[in-house]
Amino acid sequence: MVNDNSLKDLVIRVCVGTGGLAAGSQEVIDEFNKALAARKVRAAVRKKCVGKTGCRGFCAKDVLVDVVRNGKTFTYQLVSPDKVNRIVEEHIISGNPVDEWLVGPDYHAFHDRQTKILLKQCGQIDPEDITAYIAIGGYEGAKKALSLDPFEVIDVVRTSGLRGRGGAGFLTGLKWEFCHKSREKTKYIICNADEGDPGAFMDRSIIEGNPHSVIEGMIIGGYAVGANYGYIYIRAEYPLAIQRLRTAIREAEKKGFLGKNVFKSGFDFDIRIKEGAGAFICGEETALIASIEGERGLPRPKPPFPVVRGLWGKPTVINNVETLSNLPSILTKGASWFSSIGTAKSKGTKVFALTGKIKNTGLIEVPMGISLKEIIYDIGGGMEKTNRRLKAVQTGGPSGGCIPASHIDMPVDYESLISIGSMMGSGGMVVMDDTTCMVDMARFFLTFTGNESCGKCIPCRVGTKRMLEILTRITEGRGKEGDIDLLMELGTDIKLSSLCGLGQSAPNPVLSTINFFRDEYEAHIKDGICPARVCKSLRRYTVSAELCRMCGKCFRACPSGAVIWEKKQKAVIDKEKCIKCGACYDACPFGSIL
Amino acid sequence: MSDRKLKITINGIEAACEKDETILQVARRVGVRIPTLCHDDRLEPYGGCRLCIVHVRGVPRPLSACTTPVADNMAVTTETNTIRRIRKNLIELLLSNHPNDCMRCEKTGDCALQDLSYEYGVDGSRFEGEKWNLPVREANPFIRYEPNKCILCGRCVRICNEVVMAGTIDLTGRGFHAMPDTAFGKPRTLENCEFCGQCVSTCPTGALTDKKSIGKGRAYEMKKVRTTCGYCGTGCNLDLNVKDGRVVKVTSAYDAPVNHGNLCIKGRYGYDFIHSFERIKSPLIRKGMKFVTASWDEALEVVASRFKALLKKYGPDAVGAFSSSRCTNEENFLLAKWVRTSLRSNNVDNCARV
Amino acid sequence: MIEKKCREILDKYHREKGNVISILQDMQESFGYIREDAVNWFSERLNIPASNFYGVATFYAQFYLRPRGENIITGCCGTACHVKGSAPIINRLREHLAIPEGEDTSRDGKFTIESVACVGACSIAPVFIVNKKVFGKMTVDRVPEMIKEIS
Ligand SMILES: Cc1cc2nc3c(=O)[nH]c(=O)nc-3n(C[C@H](O)[C@H](O)[C@H](O)COP(=O)(O)O)c2cc1C
Ligand code: SF4
Ligand code: SF4
Ligand code: SF4
Ligand code: FES
Repeated sequence: MVNDNSLKDLVIRVCVGTGGLAAGSQEVIDEFNKALAARKVRAAVRKKCVGKTGCRGFCAKDVLVDVVRNGKTFTYQLVSPDKVNRIVEEHIISGNPVDEWLVGPDYHAFHDRQTKILLKQCGQIDPEDITAYIAIGGYEGAKKALSLDPFEVIDVVRTSGLRGRGGAGFLTGLKWEFCHKSREKTKYIICNADEGDPGAFMDRSIIEGNPHSVIEGMIIGGYAVGANYGYIYIRAEYPLAIQRLRTAIREAEKKGFLGKNVFKSGFDFDIRIKEGAGAFICGEETALIASIEGERGLPRPKPPFPVVRGLWGKPTVINNVETLSNLPSILTKGASWFSSIGTAKSKGTKVFALTGKIKNTGLIEVPMGISLKEIIYDIGGGMEKTNRRLKAVQTGGPSGGCIPASHIDMPVDYESLISIGSMMGSGGMVVMDDTTCMVDMARFFLTFTGNESCGKCIPCRVGTKRMLEILTRITEGRGKEGDIDLLMELGTDIKLSSLCGLGQSAPNPVLSTINFFRDEYEAHIKDGICPARVCKSLRRYTVSAELCRMCGKCFRACPSGAVIWEKKQKAVIDKEKCIKCGACYDACPFGSIL
Repeated sequence: MSDRKLKITINGIEAACEKDETILQVARRVGVRIPTLCHDDRLEPYGGCRLCIVHVRGVPRPLSACTTPVADNMAVTTETNTIRRIRKNLIELLLSNHPNDCMRCEKTGDCALQDLSYEYGVDGSRFEGEKWNLPVREANPFIRYEPNKCILCGRCVRICNEVVMAGTIDLTGRGFHAMPDTAFGKPRTLENCEFCGQCVSTCPTGALTDKKSIGKGRAYEMKKVRTTCGYCGTGCNLDLNVKDGRVVKVTSAYDAPVNHGNLCIKGRYGYDFIHSFERIKSPLIRKGMKFVTASWDEALEVVASRFKALLKKYGPDAVGAFSSSRCTNEENFLLAKWVRTSLRSNNVDNCARV
Repeated sequence: MIEKKCREILDKYHREKGNVISILQDMQESFGYIREDAVNWFSERLNIPASNFYGVATFYAQFYLRPRGENIITGCCGTACHVKGSAPIINRLREHLAIPEGEDTSRDGKFTIESVACVGACSIAPVFIVNKKVFGKMTVDRVPEMIKEIS
């Protein structure tokens, strides 16, 4: 029988982020509990915190399970309930890890090349337990800040070179200084956790994994600018993050870190949570303010900037989640520690959500200035399908642009990205291979921005709509001579004249794909061909005799009986019967439908 | 020195200005015209139409003149090639979602969109695509709303909320499908709407029009006769729009000293009586059970003699006068003076107190 | 009938500033959608025009002005899901559930399909959520299985 004592330090951690839960982590936890109980082993099966991608940002291999014994960690990947018994039997009882199920070199490559500051604690500490955060030095940064003069705090942040992670990359210290200078009595600090970029989930993971770091950042910021009230504006679509924030705020209040007389310093600070209601535009500062005030989220022109006239007309600093959670360590470790990471103008690390046609998708944290190549090949493990080649990378989500494969040696920092027509954005990074159509991609992003346009100003409201219509007709084979120029003229004018950042950046995906992949646009318009064979209307619906392997999947998929096929015969499509639904195309594993 | 503390230049013209002024305000003062669509002096600056964008030295992106506060040494240029091109494209975009049926539109000749298209030489639109195709709303006696002509300047919504404070309408939806509307798209009724027509008065296009005046004439055919509203003592200035000797519409100009172009339902729409057959045009004296037409002299003679008789019999305390709230201040003053000096009574009041 | 629920919501917000969105959120939680009578109820008591509630409700994607199906299927149309083919799955779903063109709820009121910008689980794209249960790495072929799960 197992000796209870020898297993005293056994810890089993299971991811319960959204990604993990989708992959069945609750079932895995239940199974572990059952298996251990059956063998009378007492172990702490912990719900391992965090991010919806799973604890380590590596949810392509979910469910990930850590088995920690005697300080040694073994990580299993792709765990399903039926695997649990064997892990318990062989590893926990007999002490022989099940090698074939352990994570492979991918996993190590994925982690070893990252520089984790913000994500370090995600997946390690219990996000719902303030003592866990305090045990690793949590709230020391806030204590330090409150022992300094507010201006000294601003000075530290300014010399650290920290820039906003919410998109525009404005120097955080400078923004604070503007707000600090105002002599108004009431001021606000707002944490922007609206994270609406499709493809981005960094902020959510930080909040789910380490909510106290955000709260601590807000205390530091609030003290520095002289704000006694903080708001966290968070998407209602993030229920887990909201719940963890509520718990964290409650615990911090109990400890006296929030409320009256924070850390007995005489500084009062309260935080409230405001849930968004589903509008991307509310990530924009002035729209966000309107939304907190209970209005339609319409932006208003700046100046005046929120630091002068913000929430309820009072000076207001708005910072992104990631920006704020950088602050505790900047205060404890010092400005020069922070500014030693990164490049001359972009300091520190940046968290990206790496997705698309890449092998290792997930959340990564890398130093500013790292090259795209390192991200894609060293961390990301290269293309998802080995026979595909990298075409481009989209950064900055719908506000950004694409970076073609020829530029992947480029460093990832604010200025470089802008110089190439993209931007840092909040950190979405989508990898595209040669099966991605760039016109379709641009159209996709514009559909998003068009839907999310608030409708206040003409260029964005009508302009993005018209651009989308032009793109749509191009992808449907109805493109016209002159469409590309029209897109460029309209795109340029929308950028110049729109009221807010949404319209000012909405044309970027179009302009940058025209810039780097103009030939693809021309192929659509002039030759009626979609080189990536994505655009349905431009498919020819013939079977390439060269590529066809005679599997007959297209035959079975076709709803209208247009595919002619017999065993050991190449398929042929009867043009008369074909309804161009694309079913055969989706079914063919070899890409032989042209 | 005056309290105009800042100095800026607009198209090279130097202008002294105050801290809280916008570029648009200063430009107008020095006589530089900047096109606008969403701006109305009665409302808070909005910055939605972007027509008023101007170039400010050192700023890479054009700024909206109607919302941007001046700063010392600002150098503003109101027209550059780029800005002209952008304005032209903005108008073209508006026309791409517009019925463009000016020939039959009520607003022709008085339409900001039409004027700007003319000024910027926009002929039609290069953009084809989805257009609004929404039904006209006119289930109410005064206001015709044709959403397809709306350019989303938000002026109707803002005047209804900021000035009238009725909150009848708000912007609804978002993006391309945003539009001003009542709650749940219900018709305007006396329950939710004042029918002040303020929204109509600020609408720069033919989206909101006065139902009573439809088909009664173009703006340029009307002679505007300025008068003071007879309904109450506020003293709003009205412009009676007269065509062929008949009042067909009432408007009010921004420069009206008391009301700045604002009117209520009575002043704006209550003009039917002017040409009514039932209108009483001369005094009537009751003889037995009947009213008999009389001249002013006869009527005044009756009033004066009765007053005299009453005064003689019962003294000044027995008589008094009650003036109408439709009288102006001056008329009220005259009445009070007459009661005190001629009747020697203090019994004078006004119905507005009830 | 609505009165009691409305009053509970009203008490919670205590007439503080800027709560139109919160009230609408609670209203939707209580009634399933934004009811005109409830809006009018609040409008009268808070002296906020009904048009204001309506304007806000139509601005934010979260609010529904009509009742929805018993089961909600949410398809993610974020970047990753788009790249990995969420659109054909949605089409198949519509076919399978016989949801008429241009609508989002099946005739029998059992199913509502909607798409969202991004649920943020891109690494298991394409993602579908059925009554809060997440289906990752969906395929067209798994559609019947997914529907079965509900019915
Ligand atoms: C359309 C639009 C959407 C935005 N969405 C977000 C968002 O989701 N999260 C965020 O932090 N910032 C977002 N921003 C940027 C914010 O407006 C703002 O610049 C940022 O929160 C400031 O914080 P930072 O200085 O810490 O980056 C958005 C901006 C625009 C124009
Ligand atoms: S740019 Fe778009 S989102 Fe921004 S104010 Fe204009 S219409 Fe609204
Ligand atoms: S008539 Fe007056 S109250 Fe009615 S919608 Fe227009 S502005 Fe508002
Ligand atoms: S109806 Fe007229 S005033 Fe109102 S938003 Fe439309 S164009 Fe502007
Ligand atoms: S008048 Fe300035 S933006 Fe419309």
